[in-house]
Amino acid sequence: MASLLEVDDLHVSFATEDGLVRAVDGISLSLDPGEIVAVVGESGSGKSVTALTLMGLTRGPNVSFGGSIEYKGEDLLDAADERLRRVRGAEIAMIFQDPMTSLNPVMRVGDQIAEQILAHEHVPKDEAAARAVEMLERVGIPRARDRASNYPHEFSGGMRQRVVIAMALSCDPSVLIADEPSTALDVTIQAQILERLRELRQTENAAIILVTHDLGVVADIADRVLVMYAGRIVEQGTLDEVFYNPQHPYTWGLLGSITRLDIPPPPRLPSISGAPPSLAARPEGCHFRPRCPHEFDKCTEDPPLEPRAGDSKTHCDRCWLSPEDKRARRYVSEDQIGLEAKGAIV
Amino acid sequence: MARDQADFALEVPAAIPAKAGGASVAGAGPWRLALRRLKRNKTALVFLALFVVLVGMCLAAPLYADHVAHTDPYKNHLTDKIVIDGKKTDVVSLDGIPIGPTWQGEFFLGADTNGRDTAVRLLYGGRNSLLIGVSAALITTLLAVIVGAIAGYFRGFTDTVLSRTLDVIWAFPVLLLGVALGTALTISGLDIGPIHVSGDSKWVPILIIAVVYVPYMARPIRGQVLSLREKEFVEAARAQGAGHLRIMFSEILPNLSSIVIVFFPLMVANAILLEAALGFLGVGVQPPEPSWGTMIGEGVDRILSGPHLAIVPGAMLVLTVLALNVFGDGVRDAFDPRAKIKMEA
Amino acid sequence: MTRFVVRRIGQMLVVLFAVTVLTFLIFNVIPGGDPALRMAGRQPDPGQLEIIRHQWGFDEPVYVQYEKTMEKIFTGDLISYTTQQDVMDEIWSRVPRTFALAIGAAILWMVFAIALGVFTAIRAGQFSDRFLTVLALIGISMPVFWIGALMNYYIGFKWGILPNGGYVEFTDDPWEWFKHLLMPWAALSILFIGVYSRILRSNVLDTMNDDFVRTARAKGLSERQVFLRHVLRNSLIPIVTLWGLDFGAVLGGGAILTETVFDLQGVGQYAAESVDQLDVPPVLAITMFGAFFIVLLNTVVDIMYAALDPRIRLN
Repeated sequence: MASLLEVDDLHVSFATEDGLVRAVDGISLSLDPGEIVAVVGESGSGKSVTALTLMGLTRGPNVSFGGSIEYKGEDLLDAADERLRRVRGAEIAMIFQDPMTSLNPVMRVGDQIAEQILAHEHVPKDEAAARAVEMLERVGIPRARDRASNYPHEFSGGMRQRVVIAMALSCDPSVLIADEPSTALDVTIQAQILERLRELRQTENAAIILVTHDLGVVADIADRVLVMYAGRIVEQGTLDEVFYNPQHPYTWGLLGSITRLDIPPPPRLPSISGAPPSLAARPEGCHFRPRCPHEFDKCTEDPPLEPRAGDSKTHCDRCWLSPEDKRARRYVSEDQIGLEAKGAIV
Repeated sequence: MARDQADFALEVPAAIPAKAGGASVAGAGPWRLALRRLKRNKTALVFLALFVVLVGMCLAAPLYADHVAHTDPYKNHLTDKIVIDGKKTDVVSLDGIPIGPTWQGEFFLGADTNGRDTAVRLLYGGRNSLLIGVSAALITTLLAVIVGAIAGYFRGFTDTVLSRTLDVIWAFPVLLLGVALGTALTISGLDIGPIHVSGDSKWVPILIIAVVYVPYMARPIRGQVLSLREKEFVEAARAQGAGHLRIMFSEILPNLSSIVIVFFPLMVANAILLEAALGFLGVGVQPPEPSWGTMIGEGVDRILSGPHLAIVPGAMLVLTVLALNVFGDGVRDAFDPRAKIKMEA
Repeated sequence: MTRFVVRRIGQMLVVLFAVTVLTFLIFNVIPGGDPALRMAGRQPDPGQLEIIRHQWGFDEPVYVQYEKTMEKIFTGDLISYTTQQDVMDEIWSRVPRTFALAIGAAILWMVFAIALGVFTAIRAGQFSDRFLTVLALIGISMPVFWIGALMNYYIGFKWGILPNGGYVEFTDDPWEWFKHLLMPWAALSILFIGVYSRILRSNVLDTMNDDFVRTARAKGLSERQVFLRHVLRNSLIPIVTLWGLDFGAVLGGGAILTETVFDLQGVGQYAAESVDQLDVPPVLAITMFGAFFIVLLNTVVDIMYAALDPRIRLN
């Protein structure tokens, strides 16, 4: 049975002054209705490029692609511009990170939502306007009819993000991509936004891809997790699998860097030593090797993404260590999963 | 359990060794990046070279006058005759028509209605125009930085007073203000306290042009200072106990250098154009001193006697200003580029 | 919005006052020498000088002088000592010509600047963009009086395609009026087309990278809709305000050079001729009114900007 969205071995490369940058280096994922899949990684891991490419927003003269993106059986990577335009906003919609800058500052909010409806459906203008007001109500904006004629700067940050969500949902898309939807907002507003996303999954059976670097957000609402590093997936599985049985040292580092309230604070804030590799010049073998304290001779060979944990066929990782070794090494103290600093500077 | 300094030390990121076959991507500061970009901009460099050549030519005016044209910019050759292609011709004909370009050593670009060598005047005039343009631009920059930085940094009352003053100056159309000041000062000179400047001194156009353009540059500088002063590194300096003067010099002014560098070539270009306009109207450089503006003015007045009189100084002016504009553009692009790279196969 | 307007008008009045003071200072206080001698023009006799001193109050304290100067300007009691004309009458009779020049040029340059700016932005980096940018730069580098004089000489005088200078009243002969203004409009516009097209190009390229444009594309709008409704609308706002300012500047006296070259006998040319004659009263009056007009237009433009960009109103 084919999934709603099926990405197979996606490659996205940019030609720059400093050489060919392989931002996305072989990503595969699948998405079904009613699922929230989280894509996690540092800045520069390629997660945003992946999200934008799903919408066809990375096309340009300096970009080359590989692999395929199948939406309801149709390949979007090769599709004509006009076809992609019709998919965008109507079938696959996106919520961007910063609500401050992602709305047109000189256009009324209601008009911006109506504009999207009018771009995809042949309805009279006042009907589109009425539906825009409806959408604002649905995302919980009080006095929606009056507020629809306001400008973006007249809303608070959280309200603005709700407007963005209203806009994205206005044409009833099957897939919603949320790129760091709450990063620019307060924690309390963040909770509200995430609640809204959870509702969408519940009531509308929405399929959501959540791109984020915040594991707390992931733990809150994700069903499945994809951990990205240097343009590739280094671990993927269900939420429980990845959080309770993490297999890749990078995942341990990520989990280890979350500060916890239930144990005494460590003397030093844990972080992963080193920096991500340049996407124009990757190290040979396992890309994480320069930062990994557990490396051994096999690591000069690039590990393929395969299930190794033994718990399920869908829990895959890219680490040569045996499952027993992994279980032993992932604890830095009795209770705490993490990653120690790599010893001598190579 | 005591925490000591070492516990809070940040770790140094491990160096990622460059592997064979992979490019090593070295970091570079904003200055080096800008310089690198500028060097890659062939057009800007060509026009910079053009500007340098033009300046060089004008500076060499005395050499040219002595050794090639054998005259000076003030000498009238009304009644002289010279030899062109073996024929003896009047420098200025009996009905007042001067000769056009001869492409010879003497009167290379022809003569004007007073019998003066156009090429010689052109180079001497260029010296004046460039001198006035560059000096005015320098003074404008100095004043604009001072006024803009003080207004932006101290805000409040100081800012209001300075900004309103700039507004008032800016309220006058540049040309009209220049003309008004020029008229008043050319007749009577300047007399403020110990400063006495006579009406036909070159300082008159220099100061006029400098003052007129101060708001043009001071406003963006003030804006930049306003945003700089909110930045974290200024707060950090204040937290370290640095006083106002120190913050100005070590944090604010260095960060203004990119604005100044980008604006300066354009300022010189505008100053040269304004000098030409003032000269054209007769309130800039006073005769018999030549400048490109006054030469164009004379040329336009007597255009029926020979269009070369107007074309020559104008073309020289356009070339110089164009060179500055193109170079200035290149400088601006170097500091604020947009990626324009083609895809390699 | 009303509060904003009231505030701006208040500021305008303050600046206008300061403008009058500054003009006064420029002509009567800053320069050295005898102000009466300055006012009198070229060959005054001592009797004249005495009358001037009395009328302008040069033997009295500075604020009395200021008062007398302002009085003269506003009651229209300003006489040129060189030509014995009433200055204000002369200015009013010439105003329509300056207006005709300024308004025509302003429309012309706006239309071409927008077309050129958008075209070069869309084709950024390509040959046509580079070529047109060089043309624009050449346009910026040419003094208007030079190109105007050459146009007049070749197109007007030598080839006789268009009349070479002079002005014909619209009421007398609209077609001739138009033909006489064509070259002045073109000469005056060249500089502005160069400047504005480049600013617009830069704004458009900047805006294309803004987040909300990405959002507009993500909504599934066509490229044309994205460009017109989002990119252009935002890019034009600063241009419109600049246009207002420059239009004011041209009307206020920036047209001096064009009028002189084409002999349009407008207000600017009056100023230029007076300067030539060292006739101070007209220059004083024109400077004052020019600045007045600009401040007025600045305020109108600010108010217009607030109407266009809702974010400004809150400040």
